[in-house]
Amino acid sequence: MTSAHLFAFSGVALLGAGLLGVLAHRHLVRRVVGLNLAGSGVFLVIVALARRSDPPDPVPHALVLTGLVVGLSATALALALAVRLHRETGAARVPEEDGP
Amino acid sequence: MTAGLALDVLLAVALPLVGLAAVLRRDLVQSVMLLFSLGVLLAIAWARLGAPDIAMVEAALGAGVTGVLFLSALARVGPDDAAPRAASVRVALAALAAAAVAPVALAVEALPRAFEGLGREVLARVPETGATHPVTSVLLDFRGYDTLLEIAVLLLAVLGAWAARGGAPSPRPPAPGPILTAAVRLLLPLMVVVAGVLLWVGSSAPGGAFQAGTVLGTTLVLATLSGGVALPRVPPWVVRSMLALGFAVFLAVAGATAASGRALLRYPGAHAAGLLLAIEAALTISIAVVVWALFERDPEERRAEGEAGGREGEAA
Repeated sequence: MTSAHLFAFSGVALLGAGLLGVLAHRHLVRRVVGLNLAGSGVFLVIVALARRSDPPDPVPHALVLTGLVVGLSATALALALAVRLHRETGAARVPEEDGP
Repeated sequence: MTAGLALDVLLAVALPLVGLAAVLRRDLVQSVMLLFSLGVLLAIAWARLGAPDIAMVEAALGAGVTGVLFLSALARVGPDDAAPRAASVRVALAALAAAAVAPVALAVEALPRAFEGLGREVLARVPETGATHPVTSVLLDFRGYDTLLEIAVLLLAVLGAWAARGGAPSPRPPAPGPILTAAVRLLLPLMVVVAGVLLWVGSSAPGGAFQAGTVLGTTLVLATLSGGVALPRVPPWVVRSMLALGFAVFLAVAGATAASGRALLRYPGAHAAGLLLAIEAALTISIAVVVWALFERDPEERRAEGEAGGREGEAA
């Protein structure tokens, strides 16, 4: 097992943890936490796979570099929308479809 | 080498576990604290993976501003007081998430252990760009069009966040603590210098607009949050101009290269280095103000409320 593949599998596991967070919770802030983790997992897979050459491939690095900043802006927008929903409806959760 | 491998194994195991803990914690504040820790671990992982450019941005964002955004949203939204789901449902959801990522794991497993990628081609053509650091060449030259559009996405996100926060009650100004204020006063000039150095070395070494901009933006957030350091007050139109500056300069260069008969964003060789530095400087200012604006309110609205205008620090 090379370090590159080790981190790639770690990234896949992190993606899984993030997906679980999105699936398992109705609270919107929790879902954004999950999405954030899933995004980090994807970044980790991309950069780990770029490590398979020496020196590492700079193209995925540039993609993830901008991806991090775009990810931050998406997180901020999602959280601002969750806060707004809370202000309008008094709750920041996905509505129940067929009762609890 | 074995010590390095041990560290890699430790990180690779710790990352998903910390992520899982952040998902499963009942208390959302604890989840966010785990998210901070994950950002620190990720920054180390990026360094281990030979990606110092990404490590710097992660240290400023993942281990910093992201958590601040979550905490400030939590303060308004309140805790998650839903009853936990039945154990059978939780097991089923975990199985579903595992099933969703299993094909990705299989695909990664199927990939060759050594792969050249585009590294050699990039290195061969880096001298044609205005930079000598490959990541900067990719970012602003080979894939400059991507970066241009990403800056536009950042602007849209700020507009969206400001619109969503419209009419929100003013957040209480934090009570400045003596230790935090003193620390911020010491750190503020240092971080501005660090950002300047990162911007300057970006053409030849790890660094550049994204690193400098996020460090500077984090500094602005820290100064605003500490409450004890007064940032210079500037009118809202200056804040907006600074937000738009990076995109405007980048777009102007793109238009000029296209108008002069070259391909879009194909810089003329003699001026390439100067153009790249101009774009990077403008991007640094805009990214810094974007990071700050993402957790602030529209300064125009603050002024309309009779506050003393938007607060903003001068970039570098």
